[in-house]
Amino acid sequence: MRRSWRKHLRSRRERVPESTENILELTNLTKRFGGLVAVDNVSLHIKRGEVFALIGPNGAGKTTLFNNVTGLFTPTAGRVVFDGRDITGSKPHQVARLGIARTFQNIRLFDYMSCLDNVRVGRHVRMKAKVWDSLFKLPWERREEERVTEEAMELLRFVGIAKHANQYARNLAYGQQRRLEIARALATDPKLLLLDEPAAGFTPQEKVELMQLVKKILSRGITVFLIEHDMKVVMGISERIVVLDHGEKIAEGPPDEVRKDVKVIEAYLGKSA
Amino acid sequence: MSNAAKARPTLRDRLNIRERIRDRDTAVYGILIIVAVLFPLVTVYATGGTALVSHATRAGYWVLLAIGLNVVVGFAGLLDLGYAAFFAIGAYTYALLASPQLASSPAHHAVHINFWILIFGSLLMAALFGAILGFPTLRLRGDYLAIVTLGFGEIVPQLFYNFDQWTGGINAVGLIDQPLLPAWIQGPWSGDGDFKIVSPFSFNTDPVAFYVLVCFLIAIAVILVTNLYRSRLGRAWMAIREDEVAAAAMGINTVTTKLLAFGIGASFSGFAGAYYAADVALVSPDNFLFIVSITVLVMVVLGGMGNITGVIVGALVMYYLVFYLIPGLPENATSLASSIGLGSLNQSSGDWPGLGEETQRLNFIIYGGILVGMMLLRPQGLLPSRVREQELKHAAVLEEASAVEEGARA
Repeated sequence: MRRSWRKHLRSRRERVPESTENILELTNLTKRFGGLVAVDNVSLHIKRGEVFALIGPNGAGKTTLFNNVTGLFTPTAGRVVFDGRDITGSKPHQVARLGIARTFQNIRLFDYMSCLDNVRVGRHVRMKAKVWDSLFKLPWERREEERVTEEAMELLRFVGIAKHANQYARNLAYGQQRRLEIARALATDPKLLLLDEPAAGFTPQEKVELMQLVKKILSRGITVFLIEHDMKVVMGISERIVVLDHGEKIAEGPPDEVRKDVKVIEAYLGKSA
Repeated sequence: MSNAAKARPTLRDRLNIRERIRDRDTAVYGILIIVAVLFPLVTVYATGGTALVSHATRAGYWVLLAIGLNVVVGFAGLLDLGYAAFFAIGAYTYALLASPQLASSPAHHAVHINFWILIFGSLLMAALFGAILGFPTLRLRGDYLAIVTLGFGEIVPQLFYNFDQWTGGINAVGLIDQPLLPAWIQGPWSGDGDFKIVSPFSFNTDPVAFYVLVCFLIAIAVILVTNLYRSRLGRAWMAIREDEVAAAAMGINTVTTKLLAFGIGASFSGFAGAYYAADVALVSPDNFLFIVSITVLVMVVLGGMGNITGVIVGALVMYYLVFYLIPGLPENATSLASSIGLGSLNQSSGDWPGLGEETQRLNFIIYGGILVGMMLLRPQGLLPSRVREQELKHAAVLEEASAVEEGARA
């Protein structure tokens, strides 16, 4: 009985995805830490194939929202639906397997592993080798390793740091580390890529390159959801924007509208402005 | 491209001999193999006895332990202070199932299972307990995990003390079976007293037999661990060591991955435990106290955490220090004093207990001093781990090829 019920549920879930227009839907998402409400009743949806930006002053709850989506935090209330599937409260590795990859605001690379290995770790979820295959180096495990190495090199070329493949991640320059983090995230074959302040600390030139990179990622059929402070970047690449302040959504819409929104101007510049 | 540049690769090029010799790991393995082969021949010839070979066989199980602990501490970055517990579980599994011990237990039947089967039984048993310990505790991180493993390391010997109905407690398990070579290895000459290859090659009479056995076990362990290190799982371990949150965000199931590190690390000590029990033929809870865990940990750290050749060398150096150099110091000091005409130092007079006795008393200070000195001189270990050069060269070659391709397209 029970088993058939589960099967039924699963088959229902699996039927939905292809038909959904929205790749990510947050419904009344709330996260409290004790008395502090970090994310307050936020609902938003991201369409397939768009660049969606989340902005807001420091401490507005942007990264907390990311963490709720990727499973680092469990939402206090509300639902997260990814690709037609309810992933509220899933573990981070389950979320990654389903197809959400992310980068971190303060870069979190595997410092004492080579760039190549960093990206190959990203490939982990798409690999099949089990303990026994690796223990005895079965031929097909060997082939998988070779294939993954080539795929990883391809991604390093894609973000433009292939010549540093053999260096420890920590020895890269700052901008290259950000690129490596993106390559590592792309290695998981995501449908949705979450970028947490990818342009922080970049020079204007680097920002332009980043915007080009985001467009290239988009052309691979990956939806991009980013947090960014830099208005030029946000206005330049995103199609829709949501503004958070004190955990609440205060505005939503295309860049031009949001820029003129009174509430947004207040949140950034204070009421007197 | 000219034909000269594309000359047919010679055999030498293909085997890559020069590259391999330049690769440090290969060089170290080469030296270790040569030393391992020559060691019994030279020492037996030079000393006429096999005492040194017995020492080497005992160093062997420390090497196995260090290789196993390196998986937990060096690869996955989980500090395990109770590693001797798994060693004890492996040793007792063999000791109980291959000795008369169970005849005097409530079971009333002695069990004698073949060594070659039980060595894998011990391995599985230790891995099982590794998983049992790991399951509830691996949510803990860093120092907290270390304390839990410390507790486990204290509990296990106590259990073997106190379940004396089964384990003999303080009286230890004795008369443990020794391995027998299968008949097909002994060959057609096995019953023939006149035919000898080396000398009677048997585990009952010849330490060399155990020496050969442990060399094989180490070789197997090294191959398996190296394979793991260069695999999906090995990278996942290192990723967890570097940054657990990022590893989870990349889709690594941190709980099962850490559990695997614990289980696989434990299984090597189970391996070592069975071998140990067979070699010394007497297993007592006293052999698995905290100091054993710490000594293995020192071997790993001092040899070069995370590097397999490093921990092997570390284990050998530490074994030499702890079980050969330091215990032999008083005697050596005494004879050195007499030979350079300071024999009077050897006599005790007044507060001076005599040189031998004094050195004996200073043993631990000397030992501690050497450890402090080594860590100050080489904090990264004797042979620290490095980025895998071979694979990186492979990557560089790929990169070059792609550059050529792009050039061609442009």
